[in-house]
Amino acid sequence: MNIAIASGKGGTGKTTFAIAFFLANQERSRLLDCDVEEPNVHLFLKGKVVKEEKVTLLMPEIDNSLCTNCGKCVTACQFNALALAGKAGVIIFTELCHSCGGCALACPEGAIKEIDTEVGSISTTLVGDSSELTTGLLNIGHSAAPAVIIAVKKNKPIKEVAHRIVDSPAGTSCSFVASVSKSDYVILVTEPTPFGLHDLALAIEGIRELKLPFGVVVNRISSPDNLATAFCKKNDIPVLLQIEESRLVAETYSRGGTLLDALPHLKQDLRDLLDRLSGVI
Amino acid sequence: MAIIAFSTSGDSQEALLDLRFGRCKNFVLCDVEANKFSVVENSQNMDAAQGAGIQSAQNVIDHKAEVLITGNCGPKAFRVLNAAGISIYLGEAKPIVELLEDYKKGLLKKADSANVEGHWA
Repeated sequence: MNIAIASGKGGTGKTTFAIAFFLANQERSRLLDCDVEEPNVHLFLKGKVVKEEKVTLLMPEIDNSLCTNCGKCVTACQFNALALAGKAGVIIFTELCHSCGGCALACPEGAIKEIDTEVGSISTTLVGDSSELTTGLLNIGHSAAPAVIIAVKKNKPIKEVAHRIVDSPAGTSCSFVASVSKSDYVILVTEPTPFGLHDLALAIEGIRELKLPFGVVVNRISSPDNLATAFCKKNDIPVLLQIEESRLVAETYSRGGTLLDALPHLKQDLRDLLDRLSGVI
Repeated sequence: MAIIAFSTSGDSQEALLDLRFGRCKNFVLCDVEANKFSVVENSQNMDAAQGAGIQSAQNVIDHKAEVLITGNCGPKAFRVLNAAGISIYLGEAKPIVELLEDYKKGLLKKADSANVEGHWA
């Protein structure tokens, strides 16, 4: 089963929850860090990196012996990644390229060749004996986050397991869509604040568009009846779990510990949750 | 002699220099020999999602300027302008006519590299 953890608003505890969910179900799941612009799961899950691969995309390379400096490729590029610098010819900024291939189509001389260019990397870490963490990392300055996310999701594990947990980036843009797409279920982690609720509503709008089943985890509650639960009740959205506000969680986190280190009683709740979602019970 | 481009949000030589290069509204061009000024629109780059500096540099190149006077120039724009052989001088937010005099007197500092970082670097 593919389960994506997302939120809309940043800082609600997506990664904190995803790590705890994974650790509670370690023998039957693997974790994918798809927050490729700033992956941080590996800071909390110590392990050995056993595999590293490059992520490449096709990007233009110009054959100066064929180029006539006509500038048609510059006009065709919708991402402002090309410039015609007078006699110096065409300059390519690959970090802005979206690999659409438009420049190669527009070139009347056939002077543009599309070649594999590195935009990011994927690493596999063994956590404990055999459970896997797959981390995507977008190269600095590059804009092709969705391509790296899709590559992480397609990356073959060393050992296949029953469940795949995807830690998604914050927001509701292309990276979010790439992360949650084709999931069997999306867990939205929110906090009971107006900000949390505002962005939760945006994320729900996106997920409904994608026609994916979803439920909500409310993090850092001071009361079981709160803004988020009222919103979910009103909109007929299942509340999967509520996690109490706790200074201990913050202190543990600041030392690199996990949610389960601070609140071990959650382990059973998180095992039950996966059972429920996968229909075991 | 050279055509000089000034980044500005105004449309005449009395306007102040806009310290932004990539997302300035207009360029005022000065044909130094003829002492004539003209305006080139650059508003198409103001809302660009990315690459505003690169395309503003392209705009300056396409209008045959040989010198650019602006407030700040990032690494990508600098690379394009430098490759096209355009000299970049840095000025303050003063009227363009005053900066022109400063330039003629050799009072402006020539940029030999980008003086600010890219916005997304």
